Amino acid sequence: MATVPKSSEVTPAGGTSGARIERFDAVERAVHWTTAFLFAVLILTGAALYLQPVAAIVGRRYLVEQIHVYCGIALPLPVLAALSGSWGRGIRADLKRFNRWTGADRAWLRATAQSRPVRLKKREAVALGKFNAGQKLNAAWTAGGGLVMLGTGLIMRFYQPWPLSWRTGATFVHDWLAAAIVAVAVGHIGMALRHPEALDSMRSGLVSRQWAAANAPRWLEDVAPSEPVQPTS
Amino acid sequence: MTVDAAGGGSESGTPVGRRVVLGMLGLGALGVVAGKGIQGGIDTALAPLQRLDPTGLGSLIPGDYFRIYTVTSGYPYESDANYRLTVDGMVDKPLTLQLSDLQAMPPTSMVRTFQCVTGWQVPNVHWTGVKLSDLLAEASVAKGATALRFESFDGLYTESLTLDQAARPDIIVAYSMLGGPVSREHGGPVRLYVAPMYGYKSIKWLSRISVVDRVEPGYWEDNGYAVDGWIGHSNGYGS
Repeated sequence: MATVPKSSEVTPAGGTSGARIERFDAVERAVHWTTAFLFAVLILTGAALYLQPVAAIVGRRYLVEQIHVYCGIALPLPVLAALSGSWGRGIRADLKRFNRWTGADRAWLRATAQSRPVRLKKREAVALGKFNAGQKLNAAWTAGGGLVMLGTGLIMRFYQPWPLSWRTGATFVHDWLAAAIVAVAVGHIGMALRHPEALDSMRSGLVSRQWAAANAPRWLEDVAPSEPVQPTS
Repeated sequence: MTVDAAGGGSESGTPVGRRVVLGMLGLGALGVVAGKGIQGGIDTALAPLQRLDPTGLGSLIPGDYFRIYTVTSGYPYESDANYRLTVDGMVDKPLTLQLSDLQAMPPTSMVRTFQCVTGWQVPNVHWTGVKLSDLLAEASVAKGATALRFESFDGLYTESLTLDQAARPDIIVAYSMLGGPVSREHGGPVRLYVAPMYGYKSIKWLSRISVVDRVEPGYWEDNGYAVDGWIGHSNGYGS
């Protein structure tokens, strides 16, 4: 069980806000961006395999198919590589956070159905950990969706052992889930663009103390309870 | 002094994330097993809407329709007037046929499900063309020949059949499908349609049929697909 000394997650940085806090370590950021790159290649090659106007321009079906298949098989590798060693402490801890839902998460999610002022008010009232329920759902969706896409893709690529109706079913699942995953990915990018500091934390790894206090107060309490920053142990 | 990596007691709670992932895996497996029937139901439900759809965006909805494959860049083109089909190799009477020559021969029509080896299918596709066996009879196959080699005017795609297979009445050189001329993306003006086998056997943009003394594996067969691509019972392997 990975345990983290509190102060090791506190990274002093300049700025009027005082210390900035590490939200994603270098391994997590590397996983995110290599996965994002593979995902982008999968979407583009998938479009060239699937959408007739794109296929008409790109053609070269065998080459495109090979790229799509190998990027698909590679998709889980960054996560697995990160989880496989001592360098994966940060991502392991975040996976636990994604998995566990508290009453605060449920209250946050229930507020989604409310009108905007009510929603904001209700969400302000709950003290969240590092991730909100939307982010937790997105993480589970990405993991589950990625695995289902991988499985159905493998059935289509290595088709010999499977009954024909399963291959037709795998095509059905792969088609519809791809459409849903692209829609969610567009939403994910949209959210990132609307929340520049959160987006920047996937680049620099850091967020301000104010951001953490507003968005992840209980996480802030855990990792950096008070200023000034404690010296590293 | 340490805290739990997940943020101590503040992040304990129900493992909803794991349940969501497992639930998606279960739904995915269900979709693989039952998806064929579900897609059929969706197609039936959406058909009236898609007929009314003026935008064409309905074609972005996944369903049982043709995925257009091409192994070169873009779709090759040949006009109906300039199109020629050559039948040569081990024949007594090599042929060079125009589209109108094919259309003047006795036609064969059929309505079948088009089945891709990867799984997608299009039910109730209408085909019209000339029986391959009629063309071979006209060219008069020489002794010692056992197989056919097909070439596409895309310059790359090839296919193969044995002469025994080619004798079947449900293998045609098609100039009409889906109720009209074979369109450019579907392999027009003329393509092969091998009804009992997976789609990759039905070579598009057909330009040449050579009678040969042994089976030469075609384009996808060189990349691992079965030479004898019987739908269903071969499961992709030769049978």
